Amino acid sequence: MAVDDRKVGVFMFLPAVAYIVLLIGAPLVLAVLYAFSDARIGSVGFHFVGLENFRSILQSPSFRAALRNSVVFTVSSQIIVIVASSILSIVLEAPFRGRKFVRFLILLPWVAPISLGAIGWKWILDSIYSVITWVLVWAHIFKPYSAPMWLGEPGLAMASVVLVHSWRLIPFSTVILLAGRTSIPKEVPEAASIDGAGFWRTEFLINVPMMAPIISVAVLFGTIFTFTDMIVVYILTAGGPFDSTQVLPSLAFATGIQGSDLAAGAAISLFLVPVLIVIAYFMLRVAYRAEVA
Amino acid sequence: MAVVEIRNLTKVFKAGTPGAVNNINLETKEGEFLVLLGPSGSGKTTLLRMIAGLETPTSGEIRIGGGVVNNLTPRERGIAMVFQSYALYPHLSVRENIVFPLKAQKVPKAQHQQKVDWAAGLLGIEKLLDRKPRQLSGGERQRVALARAIVREPRVFLLDEPLSNLDAKLRASAREELEQFHSRIRTTTIYVTHDQVEAMAMGDRIVVLHQGEVRQIGSPKEVYDDPADTFVATFLGAPPMNLLEFSDVIVGFRPESFLPIDLLGASGTAKFRYKVNYVEYLGAERLLYGAIEGGRFESKEIVSRLSWTMTATYDPGSVHEFAVTESDLRFFDRHSQKRTHPRPFPWQ
Repeated sequence: MAVDDRKVGVFMFLPAVAYIVLLIGAPLVLAVLYAFSDARIGSVGFHFVGLENFRSILQSPSFRAALRNSVVFTVSSQIIVIVASSILSIVLEAPFRGRKFVRFLILLPWVAPISLGAIGWKWILDSIYSVITWVLVWAHIFKPYSAPMWLGEPGLAMASVVLVHSWRLIPFSTVILLAGRTSIPKEVPEAASIDGAGFWRTEFLINVPMMAPIISVAVLFGTIFTFTDMIVVYILTAGGPFDSTQVLPSLAFATGIQGSDLAAGAAISLFLVPVLIVIAYFMLRVAYRAEVA
Repeated sequence: MAVVEIRNLTKVFKAGTPGAVNNINLETKEGEFLVLLGPSGSGKTTLLRMIAGLETPTSGEIRIGGGVVNNLTPRERGIAMVFQSYALYPHLSVRENIVFPLKAQKVPKAQHQQKVDWAAGLLGIEKLLDRKPRQLSGGERQRVALARAIVREPRVFLLDEPLSNLDAKLRASAREELEQFHSRIRTTTIYVTHDQVEAMAMGDRIVVLHQGEVRQIGSPKEVYDDPADTFVATFLGAPPMNLLEFSDVIVGFRPESFLPIDLLGASGTAKFRYKVNYVEYLGAERLLYGAIEGGRFESKEIVSRLSWTMTATYDPGSVHEFAVTESDLRFFDRHSQKRTHPRPFPWQ
C-alpha cells in the first residue's frame, strides 16, 4: 500500500477533533472569557472586569443555596441509585420466568425522553391533581385540606426532585452493575457458599469487592449526570420554592440566559469545573487500572 | 470423615430432554478416594455439584454421614470443594483466602492463625501467604485452593478436575502430591476427571459414567481387566480394546494381549495373519497399527502394543503371525453391549 498511513490517520481522526473543539472546546473558552467580562445578552464589545463576577456571586445567597443544594442533590441521589440498582442487579441476575420483559421495563425510564418523564412526574406530584395525594386522602392518612404539597414545601420539593432524578438514573446504573455482576466467574460465589458464607457475606466480602471498579464507573458517571443536570429541577420546580431546589446548572441558566447576565451565569457554571476535573481524574484512573488488570 | 450415599439420583435440566444424571446409585467407603470418570457430557460434574448442593436433584436422595442432605445448603453439608478454575477470591491474599471459610463458619478467631499455619504447612505454601492469587503460578493456586478446602476439616472432599489447568509435567507431580495428601488426611474424597490415567493412578475405586448413567464401579484393575460393557472397554485404555464382531457376539482384547505368536507358544488361541501399516515408537513401548489379512475379519484394523523388551523389527507392510491368549479374551453381547460368558467364536 502506497497510501501514507499518517495522513489517513489524521484524516480519520479529524471529525472527532472537530466535534470536540467546536461543541465543547469553543463554548468552554467562551464561558471562561465571559466569566471575566461584563457581557450581557445583546451587549457588544468585551470589557475585562477581573474577578468581579466571582466576588459578587460568592456573596449572593442564591448561589450559596445552589451550591449546597447541588451537593445534597448529587450525594443523596447517588446513594439511592447505587443501593437500588445493586438490589435490582441481584434480582435481575437470578433466572426467573419473564426476566427479559422485566429487564426491558426497568430500562424504560432511561430510554424515554427525560422531559416526557419529568412532565409525567409533575402531574403525579401536582398540588391539586396529584395521584399520590389522592391515594393518601382516600386511605384517610391525610385530610384533603392538609395534604402535603410535594413540590411546594422546601424539604418535600428537594426529596421529590432527588427521587425523580434517581428514578431516571437507576436503569443506567442497573445495566452497568448487571454487566459487572455477570462478569464474576460463577464458581467464585459458589466457592464462597461452600466455604460457608451466607448471602450477605458473599455479597459484601466477595461480589462487591470484585465489582469495585465497575461500581466506581457507575458512581462517577452518575455523579456527572447529576451534578451537571438541571432538567428534572427545571421542569418540576424551576428551582423553587424560595431557591430550595436550585442547583448550580439551573441557577446558571436562570441567571445567564433568563436573567440575561451572561457573565454571572458563566462564572456560576465555572464552579462546576473543579468538581468535574476531580471526577475525570478518578475515571481515568479506574480505566487505567482496568486496562492493567 | 463420612460416607456419601447416592440413591436413585436424577437431574433433568429441561423437561422433555434426556437427563444429565439418570437414576444413579453409589456409595463411598470411609476415607475412600472415589473417582468419577467419564467423557464430557457424561454427567460427572453435575453429579458432583448435586453432592455439593450447587444443583438441586430432580429426584432421588443424597446422604452424607447417614443423614439426608437434599434440603441442606452447601454450607450445612460439611463438604469442601476444589473447582477446576480453583475459584480463589482474587481480591484477597492467600492468607485471607484460607481464613475465609473459618470466618464464615464462625470458628473462634484465636484458632485462625494456628489452623492457617497447619493447612499452609501441609501444602508447603507458607511463603505465599501474603501474595494475591494473580501473583501465583497454576500449581501454587491449586495448592492454595486445597489449603482453603482442608482448613476447616470437612467431612467430604469434592474435587472437580483440579489438575486439568496444569501443564503435563506439573500435572504428574501434582497428581502424586494429591495422592500423598489424601493418604495423610484420609478424608473421603470424590474426584471428577475425564482423564483415565488420573483415574487409574489415584482412585481406590472408579465410577465410569456415560450419558448420565453408571456403567461400572470397581477398582482400577477391575474396570481395566474386566470391563462391564463395550463402552468401559473402549473408554479405558489408550489405545482402546480391540473389538471383533460376529453374529451376536463381540470379542475384545487389549493391544498388549495381541502379540507375536512365537511369544505366546501353545497358549495362543486366536491366531491371525497381521499386516503392519505403521509403527509408533514411544520409548518404553511400540504401538503397531495394522490390519488382519485373510479370513472372516479381512482388513479389520487392530492395534498391538509391544514392550521395549521385544526387539524384533516390524516394518510397515510386513506380515506376521499374531495371536491372543484365551484368558485375555473378553466377550460381550452384541445387542446389550454387556459382558457375557465366553462363547465359541469363529476366528477365521
